[in-house]
This record gives sequence, C-alpha cells and structure tokens, in this order.
Amino acid sequence: MQHDSILITLADDDEDDRLFFIDAFEELKINTIVNTVNNGRELLNYINHPDTILPNIIFLDLNMPILNGIESLKEIKLNDKFKDIVIAIYSTSSSDQDVEDTFVLGANIYIKKPSNFDSLKKILAEIVTINWQYHTSGLNKDNFLLRL
Amino acid sequence: MRVFIKFDFNTICNKILEEKLDEIQIKHRILGFGEVEFLEKVSNEKLNLFSQLLNNYGIEIVENQKTILIQKIKDAIVDMVFNEDSTINVKSSVYLSEKLNHSYGYLSNIFSEVTYTSIENFIIMQKIEYTKQLIINNQLSLTEIAFKLNYSSVAHLSSQFKNTTGITPSAFQRIINKRREIASKK
Repeated sequence: MQHDSILITLADDDEDDRLFFIDAFEELKINTIVNTVNNGRELLNYINHPDTILPNIIFLDLNMPILNGIESLKEIKLNDKFKDIVIAIYSTSSSDQDVEDTFVLGANIYIKKPSNFDSLKKILAEIVTINWQYHTSGLNKDNFLLRL
Repeated sequence: MRVFIKFDFNTICNKILEEKLDEIQIKHRILGFGEVEFLEKVSNEKLNLFSQLLNNYGIEIVENQKTILIQKIKDAIVDMVFNEDSTINVKSSVYLSEKLNHSYGYLSNIFSEVTYTSIENFIIMQKIEYTKQLIINNQLSLTEIAFKLNYSSVAHLSSQFKNTTGITPSAFQRIINKRREIASKK
C-alpha cells in the first residue's frame, strides 16, 4: 500500500541526539521524512516560512539556547495555522510537574529521552504508529495525550 | 496443426489495462508491477466499471478492496465500542467475523498489514478514546464508564488507560480542565 510519508521536525541543540533521532527513524516501517533544527527560534522560522510544508509531528527538546522548548510550544500554540501539528516533548527531565505543565500548554506527547538506541527506536515506532491511527481514523487530536 | 505459444504476462496485463482505461477514458500512467496512476479525478462509477471490466480477465483492484475492507473493520469496531446497544456479550472476534463475513484470522492479518496496528490494539484505543470523551463530558463517574464499556472493574479500566496513554484518568481530566481554564481566559 502506498502511504503518504509522515513529516517530522526535531528541534534539539545536541548534535548527537539529532543524529540518533534520524537514524532511529530510518529503520521504521512507516515512511517518514525527518528534518532537524538547532533551537526553538530556528524551528519557528522554519514553520513560519511560506515555502515550508508543515510537519505532522514536531519533537521539541525542552532545554535549548535562544528559544527553549516551553517558549516554542507557547508560540506554536498561539498560531491557529499550526493547530493540526502534533507536538511531542523530547526531554531528559521527566518530573510529573514538567509533564503536566507541557500537556496543559498543549503538547500531545511527552517522551523522556531514552538511554539507549533500541529503546529510542521502540518509542519512536510507537509514537508514529499511534499518530498514524489518529491521522487515518479521524480521532480527536485535542484528546491526544501520551506519556512514554 | 499445433503451434506452441509463449506468453508474456506483463505485456498482456499492461495491454489489457491500457485498452480498458482508454475504453472508459481515464487519463492514466501504467507504472508496472501492477500499479496504475490515474492522472485525473475518477468518479466511483468509472472506478467500478473499470473494476468490473478487469474482473473478466481475473484482474482485481487490490488496494482498493483492501482499503474498503479496512474501513469496514474500523467502522464495525467504532460501532461496537460507541454504540450502547451493542454492548452484548459477544467476543469482538466473533462479532467482526460475523458482521464482515470473513474469518477473524483473515481480517486480523489484513488489518495489521495496512494499519501497522492489530485489531486488538485498535479496539483498546477506541475504548480509551471513548473513555476520554466521557470523562470530558463530566456526566459519568469512572465506575459508571467502566460499566458502560464492559470492563470487569474500574481498576481494569484505569490500568488500561494508564498503559495506553501513560497518564491516569484523573491526570487526564486535570489537564483538560486546566486547558479549558486557559482557553476561557483568552
């Protein structure tokens, strides 16, 4: 079956994390197109650019220079144009407070950065699969909350 | 007299596709490996006609049939989960295979192949989605929701909710309420 690809953008200032992330997606069954930016400011410039095809999912690191994850999330949520984008927080922290705060601000997914590549692959596969169900079965994205 | 004939199936099939598509006037491109691209919007009537013409040659539009069946499975599941009358005590595998006239094994295979998830997981997901809606509507307690959705206990529903979403039903409710507060302040 010919599926459209899922477009994914990662904002993360750590180069190793970005590379792991891209590698992990290459091994998944669902077609994905992944691009990365180095911080929140770059992310907003990217999605605001008129030539950009908006991603289906944005992965946001919380600790980034220039514009951090929380600030980026707030800005994204201010603009109606971005309301269909699923936001996944991708962070080393996993305090219940952080998780709940970002969900309240409109994030859909919260992932604690896993310590090894295999778990990263597993987690990303799960996210893309669940997102696919939301995408193809007309589920209500407003109720899409997932913590991994 | 006898002659021996050598077939090239690919050429034959492509030729048939070509002729039939021209016959019913669909602009197209034949991509090989059994794939045809329509270069214009094709009405359902035309598509059915095309499908019938091909059936005479033992050729079937595969993906389309599959997609239709997947949609039917999904519809049946949603109906089963969301429709209160159908909370009859029938196993979902029996329900689906009777409703769709295929063996459960067949349905289950084709479903996993196309949707990347299993029927079982899809049912759980739909039940949790329904639970979320009911939580948001604020009219039923979690115990009542568990009963309505045929869970053996509220603990079972809670743990399935937590397993599926990573958060508890009460955290979900709290988050949605806070989001509403923020939205109402805007």
